[in-house]
Amino acid sequence: MGEVEPRIAEWRAYVEQAPAVDGHDVEELETHLRDQIAELTAAGLTADEAFLVAVKRMGDLDSLSREFAREHSGRLWKQLVLSGDDEPARAVGGWVEPLLFALGAAVTVQIVRLLAGVPDEPPAWLLRNLGLFVLPFLAGYFARRRQLGTGDLLRTAVPFVLAALVVNLYPFRRDSVTGLLVALHLPVVLWFAVSYPYMDTTVRSHERRMDFVRFTGEWLIYYALLALGGGVLMGLTAAILEPAGIDAERVLEWVLPSGAAGAVIVAAWLVESKQHVVENMAPVLTMLFTPLFALMLTVAAVTYVVSGLAGGFDRDLIGVFDALLVVVLGLVLYAMSARDPAQPAGPMDRVQLLAVAAALVLDVMVLGAMVARIGDLGVTPNRVAALGLNLVLLVNLAGAAWLSVRFLTGRATFPRLERWQTAYLPVFAVWAATVVVVLPPLFSFT
Amino acid sequence: MHIDKDLVAASATPLVLAILTEGESYGYAILKRVRELSGGELEWTDGMLYPLLHRLLRLGYVTTEWRTPSGERRRRYYAITDDGRAALAEQQRQWMTVARTLGDAWRDAGWLPTAFGEA
Repeated sequence: MGEVEPRIAEWRAYVEQAPAVDGHDVEELETHLRDQIAELTAAGLTADEAFLVAVKRMGDLDSLSREFAREHSGRLWKQLVLSGDDEPARAVGGWVEPLLFALGAAVTVQIVRLLAGVPDEPPAWLLRNLGLFVLPFLAGYFARRRQLGTGDLLRTAVPFVLAALVVNLYPFRRDSVTGLLVALHLPVVLWFAVSYPYMDTTVRSHERRMDFVRFTGEWLIYYALLALGGGVLMGLTAAILEPAGIDAERVLEWVLPSGAAGAVIVAAWLVESKQHVVENMAPVLTMLFTPLFALMLTVAAVTYVVSGLAGGFDRDLIGVFDALLVVVLGLVLYAMSARDPAQPAGPMDRVQLLAVAAALVLDVMVLGAMVARIGDLGVTPNRVAALGLNLVLLVNLAGAAWLSVRFLTGRATFPRLERWQTAYLPVFAVWAATVVVVLPPLFSFT
Repeated sequence: MHIDKDLVAASATPLVLAILTEGESYGYAILKRVRELSGGELEWTDGMLYPLLHRLLRLGYVTTEWRTPSGERRRRYYAITDDGRAALAEQQRQWMTVARTLGDAWRDAGWLPTAFGEA
């Protein structure tokens, strides 16, 4: 059927234009088309007729690509920014709006700084409220972009209002440790609150949750890049202003907080509008760092097992291990969000499992030692927060390791792994909220 | 007979899963089996099967693999998983209930098509 080949090629080229249909899908659909043509010609139709019938049966491509888009929203959102002129994709929005929100955050931080009297050491109330000065603007930005209705806007505001009340009505003592813990955990809680407008209120959807995880990872990359660039800029500014007799430190005192606050919104806007730039970076970063971490963690685990914890075991170690588990979890999530769920298990999945397993071995040892000694160390807010976080992370990674063993041995599918992570996200939010709301009264605000 | 679009869509998942319990298969063969089973009464738009299969894949109900059997085209085969079987059993229960309820309601109304409602 030589004469239909060019027509099949034409059809294929047309299907390929659909944003949510990727190369494998096109191949699958083409095989289907060819099977159908072969059967129809065998039944006596001419190649031309068979082609027409087969295409007709396949369905009109607009609704087909819409159907694909509904299933593969993850793919689609990469395409939103690359929209051709014939595709009425969601508008990316200009740069004025995000800039206004960034400016809002920057000015707010400046006002707060003046209110606090620009002391050398920021007062405790300022630290506790830090997330509340910036993240509402991020939530507002997303609420605008997703064009939320009044009811959804109010629901978006609820966690922020509650957080503001809790943080400022609790009678924290001077140099309160729980107050410091609140300062650390509140931004996490509020970040999850941002997920509500980000996900367009569909917080139950596992796909949208994965999108939010992806967004978080990409936002971190952009923020780090902005921070680096800003650092260079400020260093040079200082070097240039110094000879002119201007106290550069006074200038930077103004620029740094505002820049850091504004960058939160700018980074979010960059992720939204320049998605395709950064989405190529996440897989590269995971490819680079997963083996390195796996190596480091395995060496460390072996050393610990062989030599024991006797040496420099100090009480802050648990904090170090919290950080370690957060990084490992970050790697796992990055790798997950960058991966095509339909791909079979590969060597990278094994390396990642090795890293997770080594981290788990290390952590269980530290945790065991810690719990054994909690008697003579005493229960402090810090230790409760650190231990709690450690447990939350431990359970997550243990579950992930267990599922990835099943995945590697072919007894579970990759989407099962993804679901574990997306279903687990609320646990992090709940734990952070517990530290903010429950821990201070528990330790009488000391 | 023209079967309502929503009804076709609702029955698609249990139908595909049931066909896959007969053994792994690929898109075109699944559609042929649907036509066969329904005596040509269930009309699907061919292309729509694939987004459905991909959804089942994401839910972990099926697994997939590209293979080239000798002398044939390279095709993407789908096989049902244990989760898929469980989901099918659940769907079966739901459809049975719907069918039984409709059967009872129609019998009471006195215009039951004879073969219906025995399930």
